[in-house]
Amino acid sequence: MNKWVPQDFWTRNETLVSGVIVLFCVAATLSDPLFLSVTTLSDLLRASIVIGILAIGAMLVLVSGGIDVSFTAIAVFAMYSATVFSLAVWPDMPWPVIFLISTAIGALLGAINGVFIAFFGLPTLIVTLGTLSVFRGFLLTFIGSQRISALPPEMRDFSRGVIARGTTEAGSFYSFPWALAALVAVIVLTWFILHKTMLGRSIYAIGGSTESARRLGINVKATQFFVYVYVGALAGLAGIIHGSMGRMADPFSLVGLELSVIAAVVLGGARLIGGYGTLTGTLLGVALIVIVQNSLIVVGIPTTWQSVAIGLLILIGTGVPAYRAKRAATRAG
Amino acid sequence: MSDVGEHAFIDLAGITKRYAGVTALDGVDFTVQPGEAVCLAGENGSGKSTLIKIISGVEKLTEGRIRIGGKDRPVLNPRISAAAGVMVIFQDFSLFPNLSVYENIAFATQLSAHRRLYERDKAREIAREALDRIGVKIDLDVRVESLPVAHKQLVAICRALASQAKLIIMDEPTTALTEKEVRRLLGIIRRLKEDGVAVIFVSHKLAEVLEVSEKVVVLRNGKKVAEGPASEFDTQSLAYHMTGREMPETPPSAVPAGAKTLMRVDNLAKQGSFADINFELNAGEVLGITGLLGSGRTSLAKALFGLVAPDRGSIQVDGRDVATGDPIAACYAGIGYVPEDRLTEGLFLSQSIVRNVAIGRLDKHSGSGGFLKASAMIEEAAGWLKRLKVKAPDIDAPVQSLSGGNQQRVVLARWLSRAPRVLILNGPSVGVDVGSKADIHSIIRDLSAEGIGVIVISDDLPELLATSHRILVMRDGRVTDEVAGNSVTEEELAHRLAS
Repeated sequence: MNKWVPQDFWTRNETLVSGVIVLFCVAATLSDPLFLSVTTLSDLLRASIVIGILAIGAMLVLVSGGIDVSFTAIAVFAMYSATVFSLAVWPDMPWPVIFLISTAIGALLGAINGVFIAFFGLPTLIVTLGTLSVFRGFLLTFIGSQRISALPPEMRDFSRGVIARGTTEAGSFYSFPWALAALVAVIVLTWFILHKTMLGRSIYAIGGSTESARRLGINVKATQFFVYVYVGALAGLAGIIHGSMGRMADPFSLVGLELSVIAAVVLGGARLIGGYGTLTGTLLGVALIVIVQNSLIVVGIPTTWQSVAIGLLILIGTGVPAYRAKRAATRAG
Repeated sequence: MSDVGEHAFIDLAGITKRYAGVTALDGVDFTVQPGEAVCLAGENGSGKSTLIKIISGVEKLTEGRIRIGGKDRPVLNPRISAAAGVMVIFQDFSLFPNLSVYENIAFATQLSAHRRLYERDKAREIAREALDRIGVKIDLDVRVESLPVAHKQLVAICRALASQAKLIIMDEPTTALTEKEVRRLLGIIRRLKEDGVAVIFVSHKLAEVLEVSEKVVVLRNGKKVAEGPASEFDTQSLAYHMTGREMPETPPSAVPAGAKTLMRVDNLAKQGSFADINFELNAGEVLGITGLLGSGRTSLAKALFGLVAPDRGSIQVDGRDVATGDPIAACYAGIGYVPEDRLTEGLFLSQSIVRNVAIGRLDKHSGSGGFLKASAMIEEAAGWLKRLKVKAPDIDAPVQSLSGGNQQRVVLARWLSRAPRVLILNGPSVGVDVGSKADIHSIIRDLSAEGIGVIVISDDLPELLATSHRILVMRDGRVTDEVAGNSVTEEELAHRLAS
């Protein structure tokens, strides 16, 4: 076997998802040659930033053996509160400070999840379903339910900052915003944690077998707590980026997106039982979901079919490997 | 004795442990020398698990003195114990199925180094050294979930070695292994002993590890009832000390002449599993089927009950064809099946004991309109529990709270309540202690005396000899031999199995 091709290459979710993406792009290009352009790429990348950061957080939770559905509520809570706070206290607050505040609020809310899950040992789905509702209700009741379009000027400035921009030969406009750098930073940081620290390996270990991790002396509670704080912080960051780029702090946005995000992660090979999940897979899953959400129309499928398409992708994308694994298990037994 | 205690790695004196009034251990002395292998035997509830938990620091003792590595340990917890070199390999191995072999081996070592960063190359090196030490080659990068059980055990041993183990405690080390794998394990144990690593085997099936052991310690009801060189023990004397009673296994009484044929299997075959299976089972007969792992005995057992669909062949009960590959049809034809792995295939673990029995008779107790006549059903189930002497404080307790032997009786009770014609028992005494095993054998004898046809599928040869009238030997999916139960010795049978 070729050294560069892992043994399980053909059975991996990553391979399957990449294949579907390539097929989709070929089909899209055939029906509209303009699809294959820098503009499409920049549009898709732009749409991937927020969902990508959220998905990386969701992946971490799945790897640790839990599930989090509250991160969208955390994101919107952190974004809206940070904006309101900034407008009330110091409208000219530099954007890094606003971002920091939003991330910190996210981490704090994540810590609430962490306390219930790690220290009281409650089931993760129940806790985060509860906090999803509580965070959202608290935000709308006590902080505000009005859309704010007059954002702090620094937030607007952030959204205008681009790494590169230009016009293609066909005359369409493209730009790569600085927010992309945030996604890259999150990817690098998470990669470092997962693969280069004992903390990261402990997250995988706990997902593989909590009981074994405990017997081995891994601090399970602290590790779980970290996971939920980190996911909260990522949600806070994703939220404020979402607000800045949309140039509006909308307390009704984002919530409802959590299942698409989890779908992207699961498509990328993370398993709900815990212990499995890669950054590459997660990002491919995000790419596929974003492409379907944005470009289905290009291949002639009406946008109303979007959720059907995503549902089918999940069924096929996660069902095929699961079915194959089951067949293999039956044969072995 | 003080001289022995001086050099002993583990030296326990007068260990007593009480849980809320119940004495689990009562004044037990226990020593392990460096490089010594000790068999710790005892039935469930004898206190052997408690003793292990005290050595590994999981439980605190009530009275007594612990010395590990020559030092008094008034305070002991799992970390201190592990740092002193005591490693426990649990029956489930406590591995991470999702991680690679090398990471599993090196994880504990890296954790105890208190480094924040994870060094992949270092982990691989640690793993390679540990594997070299026991002279085994396993692909370092493969995920542990894809390894066979025997290799998982080796990974667990390597993990203990990588953590500088001076004593490895193995819980039921041979239950899941084949004959050949047991031989290899014993070879590895010998190497470890030469290295000065001590081993404690905690097991029901001790005969297999006796030959590498120096010493045997038997516990019963929290007290040490026997201790001595391993050479002075054999299966019989171990069983005697563990249970406190002599258990001569009476061979089954002969099948009454002229008994009619209950079950008839013709040309049963399944590609890759078994072929050309023909046999008849008479009323009141116990038929043993044996073979090494991979001989097709388990597939055949499942096929007889419809859990595996054969490609060809027929099964008849009382002269009527039974649809193959259909467990419900098998049930209605009067076939019962007690699976090898009762935990996953035989029981509803979190449901109550009595419900686990009653489920077998749901349809017989449905009243008008499909409503269940629950009280009559529960009463009947409770009656069966009593008949099979299931020792349970409370029949409404979850079945997982029972010992292995009692769980097996619950599965049996469920089938017997259906009044089966043929009962198939796959590994009836796997994971069951010596005393219960003898009881299960006597239940089998009673059943056959009542005219039920019993098929016992097992690789436990003494068990087959004690219960079966006839034994079929399988190899490579075919029946290669048929012997009368009272005409062979264990050695002959073992020879036929392997040749």
